[in-house]
Amino acid sequence: MDKNLKKRIEELIKSSKVFLFMKGTPENPMCGFSMRVSEILENLNVKFKSFDVLSDNSIREGIKEYSVWPTIPQLYINRKFIGGADIVASMVEKGELQKILK
Amino acid sequence: MVNSEELKEQIEKEIPKSNAKVEDTKNDGMHFKAVVKSSAFKNKPLVEQHRMVYRALGNKFEEGLHSMSVETKEE
Repeated sequence: MDKNLKKRIEELIKSSKVFLFMKGTPENPMCGFSMRVSEILENLNVKFKSFDVLSDNSIREGIKEYSVWPTIPQLYINRKFIGGADIVASMVEKGELQKILK
Repeated sequence: MVNSEELKEQIEKEIPKSNAKVEDTKNDGMHFKAVVKSSAFKNKPLVEQHRMVYRALGNKFEEGLHSMSVETKEE
């Protein structure tokens, strides 16, 4: 993977404890799965930053390779890849996400 | 566009001893849900289990597959 691209991704990930790669923005999500994750975070009153992958195709493709994960959204907490919408939803159900975020 | 049958076959071929149920949730050849059972998931973190399913799908995401909701079960 291109070094500069990797660096850009890592800078995004470390810019906030909770970072979400999504389609659209939390105010205007462009995909149901992205909406679901951003709503979950908002419902938990979690402060997070997000990046709209639709605004930048190199990040959109790069993050898939970086995370070894073919779809968006992708959630990072403390620089660690957590998962996509299914995993985030199942972790919230089990109270696991709340634990990590404490 | 892809169809649930080919996705099911591919998952079952790529993941050892697996059984997959794949559903085209919006009937559009793009949005799918898969429930995959396999002993190969044992002792693997959830993220890795889902990665195995995605990896099994190979280039399907380039062939029109848009979303694949995944549920994995160890057995």
